Order: sequence, then structure tokens, then C-alpha cells
Amino acid sequence: MSHAIVSPLPGLFYRKPGPGKDAYASEGDRIEIGQTIGVIEIMKQFSEIRSDVQGVLTSFEVEDNGAVNPGDVIAVVEVAP
Amino acid sequence: MAFEIDEPGLSTTVQDRGRLGYYNVGIPQGGSMDQLSAEMANAVVGNTAEEAVLECTYLGPRFRTTDSAVVAITGAPVDVKVNGESREQWTRLELSAGDELSFGFLMAGTRFYIAVRGGIDVPVVLGSRSTYTLGSLGGFKGRKLQAGDVLHVGPGTAAGNQGLDGIGAEQRPTFALEQSIRVVRGLYDHRLTEAGMETLLSATWTLTPVADRTGLRYSGPVIEWKPREQPFGAGSDPSNIVDAGYAVGSIQIPGGQEPIALHRDAVSGGGYAMVATVISADMDLLARSAPGTKTRFRAVTMEDALAARADYRAARSKLWGNIL
Repeated sequence: MSHAIVSPLPGLFYRKPGPGKDAYASEGDRIEIGQTIGVIEIMKQFSEIRSDVQGVLTSFEVEDNGAVNPGDVIAVVEVAP
Repeated sequence: MAFEIDEPGLSTTVQDRGRLGYYNVGIPQGGSMDQLSAEMANAVVGNTAEEAVLECTYLGPRFRTTDSAVVAITGAPVDVKVNGESREQWTRLELSAGDELSFGFLMAGTRFYIAVRGGIDVPVVLGSRSTYTLGSLGGFKGRKLQAGDVLHVGPGTAAGNQGLDGIGAEQRPTFALEQSIRVVRGLYDHRLTEAGMETLLSATWTLTPVADRTGLRYSGPVIEWKPREQPFGAGSDPSNIVDAGYAVGSIQIPGGQEPIALHRDAVSGGGYAMVATVISADMDLLARSAPGTKTRFRAVTMEDALAARADYRAARSKLWGNIL
């Protein structure tokens, strides 16, 4: 079963904690519940986006540094125990 | 009675009609960004227009009430939940002791408001309960809410008033992704070329995510300034002036790119030329813009601006019937 991780916020989505750093997660990675997959910047605040399921992250639906709105799908996780 | 904050939301602050009378010493008027929505929430719970409300930005809080409470949620469309069950906006909600209020994703707009009968009880600072976070002034300890905060609810000033039965769909503000904002030219519009002013007033501007209580930044074409030898005291860029007072709602264009419309928590002065000023009647509309909103700035005369202000005031006072 695939599960969509949805943005609660508008803003800019970043897959890395900073320039030159490794991405929080990549497509194909095993993801645990509560694991951070990226951050959203809005009003000079960075909010971590966490997975609410465990499984394999199959795709990011938003580009790195891309704009998001509340309700937008950020990533899809194939749920697996 | 009190609200116990479990999750604060992204930026939830106590606001009221604002802190008027101190702008000359650098303290902005502040207050609810979308005054009309906040005022409607107060009217529905049976407050006067004076009581303080909670302004919630993008992501709402989650909290419990220690006692029974009458609340109303207005402003940007959002899923309202009481103990996990959906409730309506724009109407009175009766909470029982221990009930939990929480919110889903925002469906449009930027801010929604929570009014409670009696109002949020924080100290009055310089005539207002509004939070000015940049100055750590007013509101709840001068800051946005945090988990664990306990917000007291006051006795209110309109005892016995039940409030409006709700705000009808036709009376509610809209939260469109396209907006036309009225501006008056000036005070420094003479610093733009004719083509520059034409660009400002004809382009479709897109609100960037850089938007908060101090101002809203737009992306779009480059604006042309008249070249000049900069006077002593002004910076080197043609968008710089010798420091001057900033009108509330004034639009500046640092470097000729990305106009910024100043809002209720903006600084009172600085060194960027203000090329136009959003009229007071459209400041609420501006505050409702979500990132991505396509915006046109339309020039009106000062007479038009004053007439719009009077009309807006009259519409607001109708909310109150004979209460005020």
C-alpha cells in the first residue's frame, strides 16, 4: 500500500539540512515512523517533515527548493512492516 | 478559566485592534492582520470589538479548555475539530470543560482567528493586548505561543450579549488566489520612471513565501528607477532615499526587484523609497494572501481611498448593531 506524505504548510521544501550536506532521505531509502525526510521554510522558520508510516520512500513529488502549499503531496512511501 | 496549549501551531499570537498612537516613537500599530475576520469572530461569541483573539498562521494550535467556553473560528478556511470531530467556522461553538480544539490543513489564505467569549486575558501594554514579537511587547509574554502555555480567558466587557448567530456566506471575506489591491501613489513615486510606474501597476505580481506580519514580498518584473546622483545620506542604489517615515501599507522596491508591501508589524521608517501605499480598506485583503497569490496593484485617488475607508468602517460597524 502506498502512502502520501502531505505538507501541512506553504513554503519552500528542502531535501537537505543545508548546502553541501547530505539529503535527509533519498528515493529507495527505507523510512521509519517519525523519520525526517525534509524541511519546509516559511516565515523564517524551518519545520521538519516527518514520515507517519514505515516502508520504502518510492518518490519525491516536490523538487528540492520547490514551492509547496498545504495539502500538497511531498513524497510517496510504499508501506512495509 | 483557561486554555492549555498542547501544540502552539506555527505562529499563534494574541492580537486585538492594535496599539495606536506610538508609531511616531517606532512602535507599530500591530493588531490582527485581518481585522475584519477577527472582529467577526468577536461579534459571534458575544464580545465587543475590543477583546483579544488568537491569530493562527498556516498551522493552527491544539489546546484544551479547563472550563466550558464559547468560541468562534473565522478567517482562512480550515478544518475545525472539537475532540477530533469536525465543526463549522463562522458560527458559535460551545465547548465543555476538557474539550480539545484542533485544526487541519489550511485550505486557502494565511490566517484564521479564534475568539472566546470574554476575550484572551493578557496584560494591556500601551493600550493594547496585541503581541509585537519583534519588540517582545504585549500579548502572551511578548511572544508567539509555546506548548505548555496557559492562556487565561477574561470576563469580557459585553456581559449578557449572546452574539450574532453566525456570519452568512455572503458576508464572509473571500480568500481568492487572485487579488486586486488598491494603492495610492507616493510618497516617492517621482523616483520611478513612467515605465517603472506602468510596470508596477500593470504587472501581475506573485506573492512569494517571504510574507509575514511585517510585510509581503512579491516576485515579478524589474522596475525602472530614474537615475540620479544620490543625495548625501541616501544609499547608493536608486531605490534608496534619505531615511524617512514609512506609511503603513507602503510599498518599497529594494534594487527595483521584488516589491515589498509593509504590513501591521513593519518598522516605522527607513531608507527605501515608498512608491505607493496600499489603502487602509485593502489591508485586510492583503493580509489574506497566501504565497502564490496573483496580485495586481490598482492606483486610486486619495478621495477614492477615503471613501473606501468610510465604506469599510460602515460595513464593520453593522456587525455590532446597537451593541456599541
